Amino acid sequence: MSVVANRAGETAARRRAMALVARARRAELAAIEERWPNHGARDLKPVESGLVMLRGRIGGDGAPFNLGEATVTRAVVELATGERGFAHILGRDAKTARLAAIVDALWQREADDVETTILTPIAERLAAEAAQTRAETAATRVDFFTLVRGEDAA
Amino acid sequence: MNALAFADPTFESQAAFRRIMRAMSAPGTILACGEALTPPASLARAAAAALLTLADFETPLWIAPSFPQAVADYLAFHTGAPRAAASEQAAFALVDLSVDGLDLARFASGTAEYPDRSTTIVAQASSLEVASRLRLGGPGIKGEATLAVSPLPKSFVAQWAANRAGFPLGVDLIFVADDRLAALPRSTAIVEGAR
Repeated sequence: MSVVANRAGETAARRRAMALVARARRAELAAIEERWPNHGARDLKPVESGLVMLRGRIGGDGAPFNLGEATVTRAVVELATGERGFAHILGRDAKTARLAAIVDALWQREADDVETTILTPIAERLAAEAAQTRAETAATRVDFFTLVRGEDAA
Repeated sequence: MNALAFADPTFESQAAFRRIMRAMSAPGTILACGEALTPPASLARAAAAALLTLADFETPLWIAPSFPQAVADYLAFHTGAPRAAASEQAAFALVDLSVDGLDLARFASGTAEYPDRSTTIVAQASSLEVASRLRLGGPGIKGEATLAVSPLPKSFVAQWAANRAGFPLGVDLIFVADDRLAALPRSTAIVEGAR
């Protein structure tokens, strides 16, 4: 039971890490070249760009439909120490995809270090961007309230 | 640790596809294929090239149990093809003639509505020659072609006749030896099995 729970926890943590590097900018990932100059990553599959179909649905119970295709770049690398990293990022930036895959591989080896060096800054930037969007949206909010209701008029 | 596949997947798999198509359309022709690949030991280079080119996530792949796990891992990693639970459900199958022999009846021959839903068998031989062991005739062959595959089970000629009798149903064969490849599509008849 605890093994299963542990594995589920690991999967969730890895998923979170991969989701963060997928939205990272190249400059944010380039820090690994300074911190781990000897990662020795080699490509297991050449970095490739392709299309994925995006599925959408209107409302929580709407029928799924094909929204359109998005360009995605995939990288698969292996470190000198054997860890395998995978990354899919939106767009055609092969270098960023490769760096993201290296981060994923390094995360499996030195999770805490990668967390502080790479992931935390990305998470903070994303949170700041989300907060700003929310603030901009909140500024346009309109509150409706009732001044007089019909039954009070008597 | 893990063997690599095509260095340039787009162009190299297109080149391999072209050769497989040529081999299929002119049965008996032996073509070089997969010279640049370095698959795990016990997987022939031409077999690797054929499966890396043809198999994908939609084609269940059956690998004879005689192949080591490294071969299955290599093909799963690079093609994404699911393992077929039974040989009858496979779109592609990989067998080693010298260990597994060959039993064509074990594989899917398609249905009357969908004859294409059959198994294409990649059979790994130790040698492949243009010699008069099997004399072939049929579409794509002007006059007669010859092919010698070794080792081949004694019952092969009879098995192939049975496979051919069910046309348009039937399996297709791709023979490979190291980096060479020849095909025997279901339309080809063995005019005479020498011996």
